[in-house]
Amino acid sequence: MSDSKFNKDVIQKIANLARLQLTPEQANEFSEQLSKIILHFDEISSINTEGVEPLITPSEIEYTLREDSVKQNFHAEEMVANAPDKQGNLFKVPPVV
Amino acid sequence: MDLLTASMSDTRKAIAEKKVSAAEVTKYFFARAEKLNPALNAFIKLNPDCLKQAESIDQKIAKGENVGVLAGIPFGIKDLLCTKGIETTAASKILTGFVPPYDSTVVARLKNAGATIVGKLNLDEFAMGSSNESSFHGVCKNPWNPEYVPGGSSGGSASAQAARLVMGTIGTDTGGSIRQPSSFCGVVGIKPTYGRVSRYGIVAFASSLDQAGPMVSTVQDAALTLEVIAGKDELDGTTSSRPVEAFSKNLSADMKGKKIGIVKEYHNSELVHPDIRKTYEQAIETLKGLGAEFVEVSIPLTKYAVSMYYLISASEASSNLARYDGVKYGYRSDFKDLSSLPLDEFYAQTRAEGFGKEVKRRIILGTFCLSSGYFDAYYNKACQVRRLLRNQYDEAFAKCDAIISPVTTTPQFKIGTRVYDPLKMYLNDIFTTSTNLAGLPGMSVPFGLTSDGFPIGIQLTGHHFQEQKILNVAYALEQNSPVKGKTPSVY
Repeated sequence: MSDSKFNKDVIQKIANLARLQLTPEQANEFSEQLSKIILHFDEISSINTEGVEPLITPSEIEYTLREDSVKQNFHAEEMVANAPDKQGNLFKVPPVV
Repeated sequence: MDLLTASMSDTRKAIAEKKVSAAEVTKYFFARAEKLNPALNAFIKLNPDCLKQAESIDQKIAKGENVGVLAGIPFGIKDLLCTKGIETTAASKILTGFVPPYDSTVVARLKNAGATIVGKLNLDEFAMGSSNESSFHGVCKNPWNPEYVPGGSSGGSASAQAARLVMGTIGTDTGGSIRQPSSFCGVVGIKPTYGRVSRYGIVAFASSLDQAGPMVSTVQDAALTLEVIAGKDELDGTTSSRPVEAFSKNLSADMKGKKIGIVKEYHNSELVHPDIRKTYEQAIETLKGLGAEFVEVSIPLTKYAVSMYYLISASEASSNLARYDGVKYGYRSDFKDLSSLPLDEFYAQTRAEGFGKEVKRRIILGTFCLSSGYFDAYYNKACQVRRLLRNQYDEAFAKCDAIISPVTTTPQFKIGTRVYDPLKMYLNDIFTTSTNLAGLPGMSVPFGLTSDGFPIGIQLTGHHFQEQKILNVAYALEQNSPVKGKTPSVY
């Protein structure tokens, strides 16, 4: 990928996907820096990985079954206690629908 | 007994035998932390309740009840691990005011073993950084010289431990965040095998790379702490059910016939600073003198490790950090009226104000790598090469018990002197990131000094679940370390 793939318009588009406001200055700065990183990563594209299964976690995944029983019970009050704004036990947010 | 230099097991024994009380020990360290923290900024928050914890240990002992192996040992916890009833911020503005209703498994296990929690330690915001300069709570200082960074991201852990504000600390390591600051501050730090220690209750950065581990004064203390925090946890499905060995009892400095791997690709790397090279060569000579055998191994894909690391970790981070939305906990922008506010604006503004620059940069990079049209070329490709890298390590460890290398290419640097430079960043992390990608255990043990008098660590990497082997090599190095007994200026 060339630098142009990571211009500031692309950065702004990605920022919208990530629900993150960026100032035009930040978008410019990130465009420059991230282009360099992506360029560096392009060295990997030449490695032959045909048929290689991606390693998404290095753990020995142990699939086990367990009883579906309640072990820990948080009270609703505890769960909403950290909310910046609430009404009773409900989170307060802008209109969603 | 001199608490400043005492080991955990000696202190615990003295407490159990009532030669000193747990309350006295915790009070000593709490007072030390209160006094020295303003100069170091290692702690984000102190926990005065630790004194009550210590008193309850003393009461148990008075009644003849059993107490754990860390009874009365004061710990500091990286502020990335949830602590019930104590604010946990990940050094980010966006988690301001978050008081977890539960303990992370690591903290719960420490408490069960009798450890007291002196406070929460500084870090780079969301553990993203290697200098502790991106913390919302301000930069932390290196106790060997407060003009220098302690390293990162577990900078507070390394700084507090080196200054002995506590007897032990916990750090986390996603690409070197335990080992690099341990090296910079002259403490012993171990990143366990992925799956050895539960990640439950640890603020997630990159879930397939993150591991918590001890950052302490000696290899013995590291082994003991690891025994306590390791093992299967039903609250983290990636933890292994393999039994946890008695690491501290099994420690052995006998290096006769032990096979130590030297990685061909970076053995003579020109990137390595001369002081670090000297320490590395000295460590090899020392182990040779103790009877260890050296074998050359080849892991050519380590060359690409930092590229893989930044893409995979940023991708996972962008997904993990989606949860910070200003709704459930932490920071929310000061909106006057919610009723006519578009929901996306609510999120985007809160996140813009709540996250620092480094975190934003990684969210953007990660979101890009996971976005439609780029996923295969970037994230998927990196994960494929990651498997090939792990295979090369498997081949290398068929020939040796542990691999020796430097921890970083360059030594400690002054606060504020590192401008954002992706290339420098790549060069400095070449020795640490591949360990996380392959899920291997790695540790740093102090072994040298720079010409400026700063400590330098040596890195030992082991095969999966072979922590005992690297602990043993570190133990042998520690006993022959030229920096043994050297302490920072704040002592």
